[in-house]
Amino acid sequence: MKISVRNVTKTFGNYRALDDVSLEVPDGELVALLGPSGSGKTTLLRIIAGLELPEHGNVFFDDDDAARRKPGERRVGFVFQHYALFRHMSVFENVAFGLRVRPRSTRPAEPEIRRRVHDLLGMVQLDGFAERFPSQLSGGQRQRVALARALAVEPRVLLLDEPFGALDAKVREELRQWLRRLHDEIGVTSLFVTHDQEEALDVADRVVVMDHGKIEQVGSPEEVFHSPANEFVLGFLGQVNRLEVRALRGEPMFAPRPYPDLGATAPQARIFARPHQVGLAKTQPDGPAFPAKVVRVHAAGPIVRVELASEFGEIRAEISHDRLRELELRDGVRVWVGLLEYRVYPHDGAAERLG
Amino acid sequence: MPPDAVVSRDLLALQRAAYASARTEKPWVRRTLIGLALTFVALLVLAPLAIVFLFAFEKGRDVYFAALTDPVAWSAIRLTLFTAAVCVPINTAFGVAAAWAITKFDFRGKSLLITLIDLPFAVSPVIAGLIFVLLFGLQGWLGPWLVEHGVKVIFAPAGIVLATMFVTFPFVARELVPLMQAQGAEEEQAAMMLGASGWKTFWRVTLPNVKWGLLYGVILCNARAMGEFGAVSVVSGHVRGLTNTMTLHVEILYNEYDTAGAFAVASLLTLLALVTLVLKSLIESRHLKPLKAKLAREARGDDA
Repeated sequence: MKISVRNVTKTFGNYRALDDVSLEVPDGELVALLGPSGSGKTTLLRIIAGLELPEHGNVFFDDDDAARRKPGERRVGFVFQHYALFRHMSVFENVAFGLRVRPRSTRPAEPEIRRRVHDLLGMVQLDGFAERFPSQLSGGQRQRVALARALAVEPRVLLLDEPFGALDAKVREELRQWLRRLHDEIGVTSLFVTHDQEEALDVADRVVVMDHGKIEQVGSPEEVFHSPANEFVLGFLGQVNRLEVRALRGEPMFAPRPYPDLGATAPQARIFARPHQVGLAKTQPDGPAFPAKVVRVHAAGPIVRVELASEFGEIRAEISHDRLRELELRDGVRVWVGLLEYRVYPHDGAAERLG
Repeated sequence: MPPDAVVSRDLLALQRAAYASARTEKPWVRRTLIGLALTFVALLVLAPLAIVFLFAFEKGRDVYFAALTDPVAWSAIRLTLFTAAVCVPINTAFGVAAAWAITKFDFRGKSLLITLIDLPFAVSPVIAGLIFVLLFGLQGWLGPWLVEHGVKVIFAPAGIVLATMFVTFPFVARELVPLMQAQGAEEEQAAMMLGASGWKTFWRVTLPNVKWGLLYGVILCNARAMGEFGAVSVVSGHVRGLTNTMTLHVEILYNEYDTAGAFAVASLLTLLALVTLVLKSLIESRHLKPLKAKLAREARGDDA
């Protein structure tokens, strides 16, 4: 089922949570709504679910206007951030709830309910837990019960609000791989909210980056990471070095400048390069480069992270262990910093891919 | 083991250590303090309780049962039971509705409603009774109209029910609002997303979650409805056999120097209080058991 959000606006008092947002979620995709807190991502999810009403705009499931349907009639599975399991019901009854509350005419018979609940519990790997109560489960198990409960009503769309937010790091990583596999298995159009860029890039087919109630970019994880539409997306999707420097025709004018007479009058620009796009060298390399001093070397881990001080402020670089041995870096050593790849954002904010 | 379990276990250990270090007084200090507390309880609580039954049976069993089976006493008992039977269900329904509205929805005038619910606690019961006299009495606002239509409120059971309802108005709502506030509205939203109607959500999700708190509120409400004196005294008019409740009947008997009779009826009210206390502590233990079990599990560190 395709989801279309068209020109949705929502305010809470004076605060504009969503500002004329439009979004298409293609059938069968797993899409991440990514943004800092207060970006409107959860509000958008709740509006799609029908838990909030938009002031302007519409939500369509395929070509069906959702405004005419109450939340319970939209056939949307919703997984709450804090699970919202029914605390006085067993795991079995939690999952069976959506089937039991149906009107008598469409309610499955008891053996059918039993079969379906046990199938779902098998799918979320909680076979032996049917008689337990939510308070007797760990966070990861509760999350899976919440998912099974949402899937029991055979939703056309699955919405997850910060599904892994309340779990510790290791469980979170396991569960998100598991969610990806589950999605591939059942193929239901799914939308999840997260503030963790790593999670979004790791799991989703498509990432929607949001900030201040607006969508900044929609694209595959590769697109948003490698071709960020603007400074915000670039900065939000991982570490980045930001340099204020004069630039001519998109080329930064580092000293010693190739065009000394033009350098002083060239327009000011912001140059961005991720740590892995920063190269280090003992002698001045070709291309844009400037000198810097090593402040600290973090060699624990698969890559080496180097902190440097330069006239443009603090620079972070990531290099291989081999390269570290070649360069013989130590604290206080002076090196040349070259930008292997970088982006220049002139003051109108649009991106220019260079390097 | 999740980090919060570790923290809570550390907290428990700290707590135990704190208690241990707090127990450094000399034994005689401890015994004196405990003795003092027990003496006060005995003097102020147990002695009066015992005296009620002592005086009630002072002139023997026959007088005791005669006082209870006296037609006037019997009518007072019936009126009290009737008043409670009307007030408790109505205030229960109101309390649940108010708590539901306050905790699950946002609307204008919500804080005003919360304040109004507390009003009967703030107003002296005598004044509550007077309000009804001023409203429905012969010289009151609605008095003449009521007389014209042959409706009697003041000096009639209707007035007693109204006054009792006013006084017992907050009990259920006050018990439920904090409980439901703590639980939030997410479970209801989850039920709604799963296709449950508002009615089904209420019966299957909201009510089971608050049942012990609700029962607790109902019991307190009932105890107060049967025990109310001030407000009822103002509106009743003390017509024997017609508008006397048990509390009013006790007062009349006592003023007429029928001590044994007064205490016999009083002993019934006292029994009711004792039953209420037992029920209350039973419910409290049911109420708290899941919480305690959870703490114990976390202390053992197997809540993962």
